[in-house]
Amino acid sequence: MRVIATAKSSYHRCIPGISVMKLSILLVAGCLLSVVRLFALPESTANSPKPRDAAIARAAFSEAYKVFMHPRCVNCHPAGDSPLRGEDSRPHAGLRLRRGPDGQGVLTLKCSNCHQAQNQQGLHMPPGAPNILKDGSLDPSNPRWHLPSMKTPMIFQGRTEAQLCRQLQDPRQNGELSAAQLIHHVSIDPLVLWGWNPGEGRSAPPLTHDQFVASVKEWLDNGGACPK
Amino acid sequence: MKNVTFILNSKSTTVEVDPDKPLLWVLREDLGLTGTKYGCGMAICGCCIVHLDGDAIRSCVTPMSRIEGKRVTTIEGLSNDRSHPVQKAWMQIQVPQCGYCQPGQMMSAACLLAQNPKPTDADIAEAMSGNLCRCGTYQRVRKAIHLAASLTAEKRVAE
Repeated sequence: MRVIATAKSSYHRCIPGISVMKLSILLVAGCLLSVVRLFALPESTANSPKPRDAAIARAAFSEAYKVFMHPRCVNCHPAGDSPLRGEDSRPHAGLRLRRGPDGQGVLTLKCSNCHQAQNQQGLHMPPGAPNILKDGSLDPSNPRWHLPSMKTPMIFQGRTEAQLCRQLQDPRQNGELSAAQLIHHVSIDPLVLWGWNPGEGRSAPPLTHDQFVASVKEWLDNGGACPK
Repeated sequence: MKNVTFILNSKSTTVEVDPDKPLLWVLREDLGLTGTKYGCGMAICGCCIVHLDGDAIRSCVTPMSRIEGKRVTTIEGLSNDRSHPVQKAWMQIQVPQCGYCQPGQMMSAACLLAQNPKPTDADIAEAMSGNLCRCGTYQRVRKAIHLAASLTAEKRVAE
């Protein structure tokens, strides 16, 4: 709406030498393009004064993709209905785990039955991360360990760069996260941060967390273009 | 050290403990409830399972800081007169061999039946997959869970 109002005010400042009819056509086309672009771009970048560069966006996403596809991320974003484990993303041995409607597991096998609010010390001990309270602060006593919900499984495993890029921006698949919310999620969610504090015997993703967040932000700030 | 207050087997309980100490050792060492067993200490075998607000958690890896204000049920608290359908079924079928894993098996079974009163074989196999038994009593465990489900149904009809 704000873009349309700006265009109307431009209409009243007619440029000499251009007929009102031609100017109207140009302005209407301009308005339509502006509106289309506004809806096509992520929320956080809609008012960005910086020019958007699709090549920069694609390069930034390629960097972030290295993290998305790391076992610390893939293991809880599996293609199937069960979590994975280890550096080789193997099934959670023995336990017949299922994501369940809310991603918390089912019946006797809920994620937080074993995973706590912090990593357990020692090799092969269950990792953990703190929950988030309603006011946004961390709850150091209660665990947050879970998979994405059944409704929005957010599969990373096996996704190509292009597929994952589109999925992350699709509100039907990403839990209706806006670009700003997606950046917020990768910046502060304890489960994301855990990837860089994975406990003994587990590798961290190839970028630092700061580099990862910067790549996601650069990708979205430049229009969120996806690899072809 | 910190005071942690929680409901243990329907009774309010306060213990002065290191908040990082696992619940299992508070139950066994500080409160004398030795029914809950130590198996692997890594949340794998299921011997140490108790209920935390109804969930079948592994007490060997659960720090006391998580217990504050919550409801814990151990094998001793399943009933005070061996009248819980799972206890009855376990005795009737004579499930245990050495018996070491059985408190954990029974707590998982009770948790399953509380959420699914008529489980199929597949439901049981799934829900009990986190309980290991070196004696291999799995078939009797499955039979006992079916029996406990019927006992619960009969009790409901009678009531």
